[in-house]
Amino acid sequence: MCFPLNRTETVMWISTNSYSLCLFFFCSSGSNYAMSNGGGAASSTTHLLDFLEEPIPGVGTYDDFHTIDWVREKCKDRERHRKINSKKKESAWEFTKSLYDAWSGWLVVTLTGLASGALAGLIDIAADWMNDLKEGVCLSAMWFNHEQCCWTSNETTFAERDKCPQWKSWAELILGQAEGPGSYIMNYFMYIYWALSFAFLAVCLVKVFAPYACGSGIPEIKTILSGFIIRGYLGKWTLMIKTITLVLAVASGLSLGKEGPLVHVACCCGNIFSYLFPKYSKNEAKKREVLSAASAAGVSVAFGAPIGGVLFSLEEVSYYFPLKTLWRSFFAALVAAFVLRSINPFGNSRLVLFYVEYHTPWYLFELIPFILLGVFGGLWGAFFIRANIAWCRRRKSTRFGKYPVLEVILVAAITAVVAFPNPYTRQNTSELIKELFTDCGPLESSQLCQYRSQMNGSTAYTDNPNQPAEPGLYSAMWQLCLALIFKIIMTIFTFGLKVPSGLFIPSMAIGAIAGRIVGIAMEQLAYYHHDWFLFKEWCEVGADCITPGLYAMVGAAACLGGVTRMTVSLVVIVFELTGGLEYIVPLMAAVMTSKWVGDAFGREGIYEAHIRLNGYPFLDAKEEFTHTTLARDVMRPRSSDPPLAVLTQDDLTVEELQGIINETSCNGFPVIVSKESQRLVGFALRRDITIAIENARRKQEGIMLNSRVYFTQHAPTLPADSPRPLKLRSILDMSPFTVTDHTPMEIVVDIFRKLGLRQCLVTHNGRLLGIITKKDILRHMAQMANQDPESIMFN
Amino acid sequence: IELFAIEDLTSVVLCSQTFLLMQNSEDIRCKCICPPYRDVEGQIYKQNVSLKDCTCLHVVVPMPVDGKDVEAYCLRCECKYEERSSGTIKVTIIIYLSILGLLLLYMVYLTLLEPMLKRRLFGHSQLIQNDDDVVGDQQPFANAHNVLSRSHSRPNMLNKVEHAQQRWRRQVQEQRKSVFDRHVVLS
Repeated sequence: MCFPLNRTETVMWISTNSYSLCLFFFCSSGSNYAMSNGGGAASSTTHLLDFLEEPIPGVGTYDDFHTIDWVREKCKDRERHRKINSKKKESAWEFTKSLYDAWSGWLVVTLTGLASGALAGLIDIAADWMNDLKEGVCLSAMWFNHEQCCWTSNETTFAERDKCPQWKSWAELILGQAEGPGSYIMNYFMYIYWALSFAFLAVCLVKVFAPYACGSGIPEIKTILSGFIIRGYLGKWTLMIKTITLVLAVASGLSLGKEGPLVHVACCCGNIFSYLFPKYSKNEAKKREVLSAASAAGVSVAFGAPIGGVLFSLEEVSYYFPLKTLWRSFFAALVAAFVLRSINPFGNSRLVLFYVEYHTPWYLFELIPFILLGVFGGLWGAFFIRANIAWCRRRKSTRFGKYPVLEVILVAAITAVVAFPNPYTRQNTSELIKELFTDCGPLESSQLCQYRSQMNGSTAYTDNPNQPAEPGLYSAMWQLCLALIFKIIMTIFTFGLKVPSGLFIPSMAIGAIAGRIVGIAMEQLAYYHHDWFLFKEWCEVGADCITPGLYAMVGAAACLGGVTRMTVSLVVIVFELTGGLEYIVPLMAAVMTSKWVGDAFGREGIYEAHIRLNGYPFLDAKEEFTHTTLARDVMRPRSSDPPLAVLTQDDLTVEELQGIINETSCNGFPVIVSKESQRLVGFALRRDITIAIENARRKQEGIMLNSRVYFTQHAPTLPADSPRPLKLRSILDMSPFTVTDHTPMEIVVDIFRKLGLRQCLVTHNGRLLGIITKKDILRHMAQMANQDPESIMFN
Repeated sequence: IELFAIEDLTSVVLCSQTFLLMQNSEDIRCKCICPPYRDVEGQIYKQNVSLKDCTCLHVVVPMPVDGKDVEAYCLRCECKYEERSSGTIKVTIIIYLSILGLLLLYMVYLTLLEPMLKRRLFGHSQLIQNDDDVVGDQQPFANAHNVLSRSHSRPNMLNKVEHAQQRWRRQVQEQRKSVFDRHVVLS
């Protein structure tokens, strides 16, 4: 049973599971929440006069860059549901309306899944094609990329799988010759030219049409899902520009991925479709349920991992995740994955380019290098977060951030110039990861599989693995090391550019390179020292013992875990990517190690760090508040501040009210009985008051500047010649949350987190003392952690 | 101006892709990869045959080894049946390039042509008027105006379009200020 919150001991009973139950009791227990706006009907105990008042248009909406009131939105939704249910038995039309209302959630989620799958297919196909455009063109069919161009050709050989006469490189087209130093320089030049033009187009489109389309999108979506409003962030133009420029950014060869932006694209689809249904468009809390499902669909099409997508939405992105959202998210993820599969972008019915399947076993002693890979992942994650945040802070605060277009062009130029000579950085990062994940077998001919055989001295690979390395393999290892260093440095400068950029693929590439290097090193160690105890126990001479592809996979998971600090969702995503149930234990060992090592250097993942950099009002549910401060240490006004701006319930005139609103910048004002008694009546929001006054001056006659404003049920007694008084009771929140000044801050922070409050009033002996807002709590937490409390920017 | 509603875009993509899923005969293939065997080099064989004919004996033609070794050779080969939809790829690329082209044209128009045209037609005063933006946050009643001022509907269609375009451009300018100038969001 839930009680009003001025009894602090009963607050302990509030838990996330009974969150909705709590609000049900609040809204229906005659506590007189007068919320006639947005919901339409009155609550059960309102009087007839309130029933006759029409709702004021615009009351109940929110300003840009403000936080929503979760309690109010949930109450509005229950009112709407009650109204529909009570009317259900009246006629067949009402019954149909109630069915439509119940099923509209599933409809929105299905449409979102369809749209996400379709757009992901478009992005994949277009990005593949444009990527290969830097190399050359397919003369017979201009819309094919390199692999598709040589699909039917019979001139491909075992050693060179992608040579065919229909595909012409730029040097062949322009100079007429395919080999030689001149054509190398021409190819180099065309590569840089295309990379720069794609990057320039991308940043210009973002700047002119939709500046919100830049960046990854996941930090902002996390903040939006916790209750923040950013108008236009999930709109039509942002969706279109993000789709188009994501393809351009990926094709320009920059060190970025498309997973984070795909989550943003999916959430835009969810937001747009939710506007078709008034159940979701008018209620911000319900809309966020749809957005949670949409983000699951986004990750599902990015990786081909529906379950991983749902877990990612649960662990990383969503703030409140009721069970109903779990089922709907799963449905959205499945629909999106199904649509993507039927578009079949890669021609092999697989969802992701690097889906590999191997079932070679791993041995216990291999846990040591796996844990070492985990340590590497954690260290790299901590280093990357620090370096990237320092660079973004410099971009934010110095003159350097004033030239975003120039910055993008410069980074793209450096990336193209350094990446072309090394074949591992020249190719698409997804293809690189696939090559690293693939284990060497008789059918592979890449440079990583060039071992010397004992049979007849040829350089071809034979049945006998664990052979000493050929010079080809040594040069591949050198190139991989250089690629690793290059990627580590460039990703720091690329994440945060003003083009859509994701982080998953570059992190996985870095981890895969490191893992493959370790795997090949272990393999050579096992060959040259096969008489060591470890190898003699488990490895037979001449048998397949170490699989470097598995090391690459574990390394990729470790690095991704180190930078984002994901746990369960990462393991499930990688497991769904590879289909290997046997590899769960090494994956978990590496991911746990990387999380522990990363947490030793700083508790935040990259997304929380970016949230803190931008100053969003995000109250993290994962951090524990362990200090012993009380509510009166945090509340405003402090002893040096001017007294709290309050409204009396029937003393003010319209002019005085407007004066109070103009002089202060508070978002809301407590309403008290009188200045002598200071007893609390309710809480009124600034936006609602201004809208109500404007509306009254327009619609009702006789409201003048010295009209009395009253929040009570009946007008106060006034002299006969006074102008008509203005009743503002309908916008008053009569059940604001209060705590006493001796409440420990741990409990106050818990209340804010679990109920999604924006402000909480502080009373002392029953009289109003002050107010605590979410911004005050965030500043207090920053102060306690010795960070800059002035960096919290928004309400 | 919103050129394409997202519903239109998605439905165009989906419809065209389902329409063009009719199989082209060139869109199926059986690919057999055969590793080196004794003194025969590694080879790749491709043929467009259907799923039931996708075996080593059908596809590896001409067979490089004789009689008894055929079975051993075929055991080492791996044959996979693959299909793709070239129609889907073609339609997708054409849709993408056309949308990109339209956006580029609109961008050139907005940044270069429109200021020139306006200057020529109306003179300098109009330009200054358009750039005068009210900073919405600091005026407490500005938002109230935005909410309640929905009744200025002029019957003229062109005026409505113009009005919508002005509103969109103001929004984009606000966004640009937040992201690029004040570095308040998305830094």
